[in-house]
Amino acid sequence: MERRCGASLMALLEAHRLTAFYGDFQALYGIDLVLNEGETIAIIGANGAGKSTFLKTVAGLLRAPADGVVLDGRPIGGLAPAEIVRLGISLVPEGRRLFPSLSVEENLKIGAYGRRDTGYWTLPRLYELFPVLAERREAPSQALSGGQQQMAAIARALMANPRVLLCDEISLGLAPIVIRGIYAALPQIKANGASVILVEQDIVQALKVADRVYCFQEGRLALTGKPSELTSETIHAAYFGA
Amino acid sequence: MIGLLNTVLQGVMLGGLYALFAAGLSLIFGIMRLVNLAHGDLIVLAAFVVLGLMHALGLDPFLATLIAMPMLAAFGYALQHALLNRTLGRDILPPLLVTFGLSIIIQNGLLETFSADSQRLRAGAIEVASVELVPGLAVGVIELVIFASAVGTILGLNLLFYRTELGRAFRATSDDPEIAQLMGIDNRHIFSLAMAVAMVVIAVSALYLGMRANFDPTIGPARLIYAFEAVIIGGLGSFWGTLAGGVIIGVAQTVGAAINPEWQILAGHLAFLAVLVLRPRGLFPRGSE
Repeated sequence: MERRCGASLMALLEAHRLTAFYGDFQALYGIDLVLNEGETIAIIGANGAGKSTFLKTVAGLLRAPADGVVLDGRPIGGLAPAEIVRLGISLVPEGRRLFPSLSVEENLKIGAYGRRDTGYWTLPRLYELFPVLAERREAPSQALSGGQQQMAAIARALMANPRVLLCDEISLGLAPIVIRGIYAALPQIKANGASVILVEQDIVQALKVADRVYCFQEGRLALTGKPSELTSETIHAAYFGA
Repeated sequence: MIGLLNTVLQGVMLGGLYALFAAGLSLIFGIMRLVNLAHGDLIVLAAFVVLGLMHALGLDPFLATLIAMPMLAAFGYALQHALLNRTLGRDILPPLLVTFGLSIIIQNGLLETFSADSQRLRAGAIEVASVELVPGLAVGVIELVIFASAVGTILGLNLLFYRTELGRAFRATSDDPEIAQLMGIDNRHIFSLAMAVAMVVIAVSALYLGMRANFDPTIGPARLIYAFEAVIIGGLGSFWGTLAGGVIIGVAQTVGAAINPEWQILAGHLAFLAVLVLRPRGLFPRGSE
């Protein structure tokens, strides 16, 4: 296969003309995206732009063309989600989706089911990152507040010690102070080996933490750049179509 | 008074057998939402496997069952892997149709192989041994062994589900199969393992089915009904509830039979309907469903 490199030789994860379908409905039309080692990128866009679809496709929940997703130069499109986790990509799904019949600690433990090898993140370290989870470790996961559930969902994904952490709308439905608490954990997550792709409705938050931003519009890439290079006019145009 | 106590005690013991029938069904439905219409026939199939091993190797039924367990577990894994996993999806109809067909195939296969003669798993002296609890109140040793096995099996299933990594994966897959995959869980492998575990429970059920009474290739579906009733009375997803459900049907049947021998089966079904009217979600429903 021809080795195509995107913007950088250090690309950790690349999407090449990535398409995705729900049955007959095409949701992504050839997305090109690069995530470099150590980077945080944010994907923004209106509802239905294909942001969550993109993450689901990378994680293997939706079928990708074989060379549509490339990790470390190796095509991983079309692999089963369980295999993709083992290769080092973890998804924090939209809506948290903790397992209701498992306790908080069990939810975290099951996150390590597919872990590749021993890495930085362990149960004690995650309890250090989110102390409130340690206090409520025995509680049923549904007894947690929304913010605590979001922390648990992130911790669950980190238990696999991913190299790529995909976060789908982690601020959705949470109070601003809670969102700040969750985003405060991001530097430590990055410092310990994970590069991050955030899907965010909250543009201000996204621009604050991201090294680069991609804006999707109706399944296509409308705009990309560093937050400092983007003006509210260009973003507005990319968001809604000029 | 002793007479009534005796009747109820017999019912409780019988309930242990029904709980065993139900536990395997409950396990499969709980994990993969598969209504296994061939469950009763798989129990009968297992009983014939035990019978075959007894004859071939000259073993007693307990030892033969122990040997049958890994064989049946492997068969269960293969059955799920090759056939039943393909029927699972959003639609509930394909698994119903396929397990219904499987039921017919098993019955006819057994008829062809073993004929319609009724069989028994002979265990010798233990079959007629009994212990007198108080003067006038006696219970068969085999009855006690069956009930203890039912309690032991349910205890074991609870330990497996709530104390092991595999059990955690079972529960997670049951809760949310899509997200379970994101944890690195291969759902299909998990489902096949669940069927293997269910086949071990089926082996235990088969042992006591065949020791307690005669069996022939066609009696599976009737056992399936008692199993269904016990599962629904207990509430889906609770193994202890399944035991309670089995006991309620068992006691209703023996009490019904004591009033009029023709009422045995009817009384069990009436008890089931009564629970369905009063507690439609069963006695011990799982919180979220």
